Amino acid sequence: MAVVVTGLGCTTPLGGDVPSTWQAALEGRSGVHTLQNDWAELYDLPVNFAGQIAVQPSEVLSRPETKRMDPSAQYAIIATREAWKDAGSPEVDPERLGAAVSSGIGGVWTLLTAWDTVKEKGASRVLPLTVPMLMPNSPAAYVELEIGAKAGAHAPVSACASGAEAIGTAFDMIESGRADIVVAGGTEAAIHPLPISSFAAMQALSRRNDSPETASRPYDTTRDGFVLGEGAGIVVLESEEHARARGARIHARLVGLGMTSDAHHIAAPDPEGAGQTRAMKLALQRAGLTPADVAHVNAHATSTPAGDMVEARGIRSLMGSHGDNVLLSATKSMTGHLLGGAGAVESVFTILALKHRVAPPTINVDNPDPGLEVDLVRNTPRPMAASGSLAAINNSFGFGGHNVALVFINA
Amino acid sequence: MALSEQEVLAGLAEIVAEETGIDTADVQLDKSFTDDLDIDSLSMMTIVTLAEEKFDVRIPDEEVKNLVSVGDAVNYITTAQA
Repeated sequence: MAVVVTGLGCTTPLGGDVPSTWQAALEGRSGVHTLQNDWAELYDLPVNFAGQIAVQPSEVLSRPETKRMDPSAQYAIIATREAWKDAGSPEVDPERLGAAVSSGIGGVWTLLTAWDTVKEKGASRVLPLTVPMLMPNSPAAYVELEIGAKAGAHAPVSACASGAEAIGTAFDMIESGRADIVVAGGTEAAIHPLPISSFAAMQALSRRNDSPETASRPYDTTRDGFVLGEGAGIVVLESEEHARARGARIHARLVGLGMTSDAHHIAAPDPEGAGQTRAMKLALQRAGLTPADVAHVNAHATSTPAGDMVEARGIRSLMGSHGDNVLLSATKSMTGHLLGGAGAVESVFTILALKHRVAPPTINVDNPDPGLEVDLVRNTPRPMAASGSLAAINNSFGFGGHNVALVFINA
Repeated sequence: MALSEQEVLAGLAEIVAEETGIDTADVQLDKSFTDDLDIDSLSMMTIVTLAEEKFDVRIPDEEVKNLVSVGDAVNYITTAQA
């Protein structure tokens, strides 16, 4: 069962929807800024910047919606409404409609705010919706409720690969005949003092406090860690048969999925990148494609000293000399790292890149790592071949050694 | 100082509106939380928890089932804070 993409939605540090996010990405803008929140200066945080969403949920959701859902679910719902409308609000048998929406961390704001309540006001003041708000499947469940999905709602969790794994789960649901349409993606709302402190404690975050806009610099020789971002990306996946029958507009096709695990370390990538490379290879195999077919890679590339080049070397080893022709984009340079939302927002970027035949830029790369042997798109977008079929890989990797590669081709 | 029945009603209506989106004007003394306002049990517990905080009263869990109408809740709170 061929799988096509018929709807896109997102809310990101670059914009509150797909058009504004894509436009900002093409312009090479940074969504990373110094934190303005009242808590930012309270705790002597080692990192005082992040990629916070550009449009607050309170501007687009009702007051009760913002009170009943954790921000991670709110972002997912905002992106879902855009994606569903973009797909033409399809009429579909609810038992053939699914949801697969992940978060890497879950309802961390809800959890920690409730704990503050216990400590400050006592257990009786904890609100009854705390559990449904903090559970990591909450975004999937709210999306399920939003669209009335009865074929199944899933929330595979694999740290920073979660959003991509959710899209992979949706792909499998349609290919195996479980559903005709699945709303899939990832979301994260973890810009809170605790995750910031925790990621900083493992030396994972950039400390470029005096220049937040240039802090996310994948492949640059002076990269010093990732930048925490937040937001959500959602795609509407549909069997081609169903999409054709209702005359839906098709953005792109999802043709390959490769998922592997490293069995190497709880947080560090396998320095050889074998699992990452194998994920890309399996995804291409499932798609019936070869490395030579790949025109574009939206890299996981988070701007960490260790991670970026492991992936880049893997791409080169898979592509061989064709790596010279592969347009490599690291959009986290602009959005920051959306953790569980990353793979989904970057799938949206990958799909738009194929649709518009243009690879978005990677910003802040003043001096590319000398070991980089793939054609990195720097500062301004680069066009891809004006005609013919184009294939692109979107990579996502997560703490725990989770590797997910998705392969899309143009419609 | 204890609030009047009207003040408690207005405060309670604000909580209900915030949590459910129901217009404050529809939160009237004779309305049933479940039958008229369509408030589910989780939302009701949320409203009770927020009302306890707002009016500085204690509403025991076993008492909540007796708060059928908005008027029942307003009476309970008005009496409890007196």
